[in-house]
Amino acid sequence: MTMQIKLKVFRYNPEKDKKAHHDTYTLEAEPTDRVLDLLEFVKGQIDGTLSFRRSCAHGVCGSDAMRINGLNRLACKVLVRDLHSRKIVIEPILGLRVIKDLIVDMEPFFDNYRAIMPYLVNDEPAPKREREQSNAQRERFDDTTKCILCAACTTSCPSYWANEAYLGPAAIVNAHRFIFDSRDRAGAERLKILNESWGVYRCHTIFNCTIACPREIEVTQAIGEVKKALATGKID
Amino acid sequence: MKNHQFDVVVVGAGGAGLMAALHASKTANTAVLSKLYPTRSHTGTAQGGVGAALGNIEEDHPEWHTYDTVKGSDYLGDQDAIEFMCQEAIDAVIELEHMGLPFSRTEDGLIAQRPFGGHVNNETGKPVRRACYAADRTGHMILQTLYQQCIKNHVNFYDEYHVVDLLVVDGVTAGIVVIELATGEFHTFHAKSVIFATGGHGRIWEITSNAYAYTGDGVAITLRRGIPAEDMEFFQFHPTGIYKLGILITEGVRGEGGVLLNDKGERFMDEYAPTVKDLASRDVISRAMFLEMQAGRGINGKRYLYLDVRPETVNKYAVLDGLKRPDGSPYVVTAEEILGKLPDIVDFCRTYLGVDPVAQPMPVQPTAHYAMGGIPTNMYGEVVIDEQNTILPGLYASGEVACVSVHGANRLGTNSLLDLLVFGKYSGIKAAEYANQADFTPLPANPTEFSRAQFAALRENSGQENAVQIADEMKSVMNDYVGVFRTEEGMQQALDKVRELKERFKQVKVQDTGSIFNTDLLNTWELGNLIELAEVTAVSALARKESRGAHAREDYPNRNDAEWMKHTLAWLQDGEVTLRYKPVVLTKFEPKERVY
Repeated sequence: MTMQIKLKVFRYNPEKDKKAHHDTYTLEAEPTDRVLDLLEFVKGQIDGTLSFRRSCAHGVCGSDAMRINGLNRLACKVLVRDLHSRKIVIEPILGLRVIKDLIVDMEPFFDNYRAIMPYLVNDEPAPKREREQSNAQRERFDDTTKCILCAACTTSCPSYWANEAYLGPAAIVNAHRFIFDSRDRAGAERLKILNESWGVYRCHTIFNCTIACPREIEVTQAIGEVKKALATGKID
Repeated sequence: MKNHQFDVVVVGAGGAGLMAALHASKTANTAVLSKLYPTRSHTGTAQGGVGAALGNIEEDHPEWHTYDTVKGSDYLGDQDAIEFMCQEAIDAVIELEHMGLPFSRTEDGLIAQRPFGGHVNNETGKPVRRACYAADRTGHMILQTLYQQCIKNHVNFYDEYHVVDLLVVDGVTAGIVVIELATGEFHTFHAKSVIFATGGHGRIWEITSNAYAYTGDGVAITLRRGIPAEDMEFFQFHPTGIYKLGILITEGVRGEGGVLLNDKGERFMDEYAPTVKDLASRDVISRAMFLEMQAGRGINGKRYLYLDVRPETVNKYAVLDGLKRPDGSPYVVTAEEILGKLPDIVDFCRTYLGVDPVAQPMPVQPTAHYAMGGIPTNMYGEVVIDEQNTILPGLYASGEVACVSVHGANRLGTNSLLDLLVFGKYSGIKAAEYANQADFTPLPANPTEFSRAQFAALRENSGQENAVQIADEMKSVMNDYVGVFRTEEGMQQALDKVRELKERFKQVKVQDTGSIFNTDLLNTWELGNLIELAEVTAVSALARKESRGAHAREDYPNRNDAEWMKHTLAWLQDGEVTLRYKPVVLTKFEPKERVY
């Protein structure tokens, strides 16, 4: 069942435009089309200059986070029928500098990720085989292992918009992934980082991050667990 | 133009590239560059597991893994390399665990393992639990873990730098040419060793599980520089892609007891593979599905079948098959267990189909998935450029872009992740060793001349052709005629079309005239790569007059070891493809008929 869609897209080309504007494209779409399919159609058939990132096209690589009708989503994981609207507005995620159209500067985001020691630390001699881990221990940090670093959470956070020094939800999620891993030994160091003024207390439990996460990670809860570990001095 | 200098440059930041970088950077000044942010790489979409005979749940041996891989390859895999990979598998998986990879666990806290197609107990012929997994997101965990380790080890990254050329001077590697996406500037990376880990080229086909980025850049670039491509006729169609979309549904679904059903509700795989049924090799299953659909038994007569993992279905067939849990009790699953083991599959089906796999069967069709062929290498990742396996000094390749060959005519599930771990590691080690005893080869006088000319041609042609139109026509003929089943006539038709498209491509329109993130220009250049690889694939396939693994010909239905037990090497010179052949390495396993 084909339907007519008005696709209004944020445009900014620093080589041409003094300021940003929106272009509107009218196109035929199936209810099951991904928003990414619509963008691809525009780029391939109407305006090749439209620029956006994408790769896997099924919600795993994290390239195409953008604001779709006001909410941070992956363009490849939202179908036209999910939007319940024939008008679709697409804009870049907020809080990061726009480079061109829907492409933003991801460097500050990855800087924050790198700042929380996002890797397993365990300097004890490794056993010949795997380090054992019970299902309960593994389950403890399962939710936060799903993060694909798409930035949908961080760039939906008013605290991040207000102060870009804030590490943001994605960085804290990745800290959580290691803090609660029974094999890791650097939890205290990470907690110290998150205890600083740009750390976890910038979170005011607004829950935008949890709503934005395309992997359905309980982001706010993970941040809460980190806060609790800081408050109690216990990782459990 | 900017110039950079490193001992080792790794191109591509998926599993193979990151593994290579981790190992090379221990002893040599190393840089990794990638057209994507590393965590966007296609490794992240791998689902079901990585193969290693850990024996955590039941008896298993690297020797069995070796034999299964040889058999899976339809005897086209090089047996020395396969044995090496399967012996290294256990260490590779343990190394990942020590790096922090969050594997799923057994009740005893060990790495969990599940059955996968073609992996069997060599004594009983029954499926063996060999795939080490982290739910159905094993590739995601591998990619994240390796990237994390690279951060820990301060590896140098150049993110969103797109490789466009390889520089070889007097037969020795000198570096590469890249375009920085953010500025459109050309850069040269002067290097003693270059490792290509650029992934596959599954975007040639219409129904594909592959990412947009999978455009065969590595093979296309090396072909243009006179290096052959090996075994390009062998491209794997994974049996279970989501109908029309091609999105992968892991073989792990069948590992957990799921079955394929036709329109009559029959489980048809017991006709085609009586012993292991739905856990036969991928080529066998894709062909069986094709034949079922051809016989009118697709669902509602259409080009898809059902993959059914509803608990009642799994439990029904588990009883019929006499499946047991490791403790000997009958195999019974609940919806909750399926959700726990296959959470992403459930999510994909709900998102894209509105289907809940624990309540409804999934509509699936074979989807283009994996390149067995690629840049020829030996088992240390060194690129070899002729029938005598002459090494090109300083050039390495690993992961899907490479053809070692460990997959031969058909790859076993779980062996792609294993391949990128083992050969990524050894290409990194060898590249660093070489760099530490070699001098820099001086760059040519005008290193970017060749690539600038290519891009100038794209910008300055008449602009009468539309790139998407050309791409669609290519994907369509390749899917129809160089897919699961092939004939002389069909492949010739595809080749004629691809050659027509290659001409039309010379007049393709690039609308974006800018420099900053000109994805219009780069996507068009990538399409040029795909067209050339489609041509090489079709020519290699037409020449091979037999059926073997993923290359199944209706007009030559049997394997012909007397004439065709050999690897294809294809060169692309002045727009013409020439073919020569090199022998397969046989060690312990005599070729025999392949039955599952």
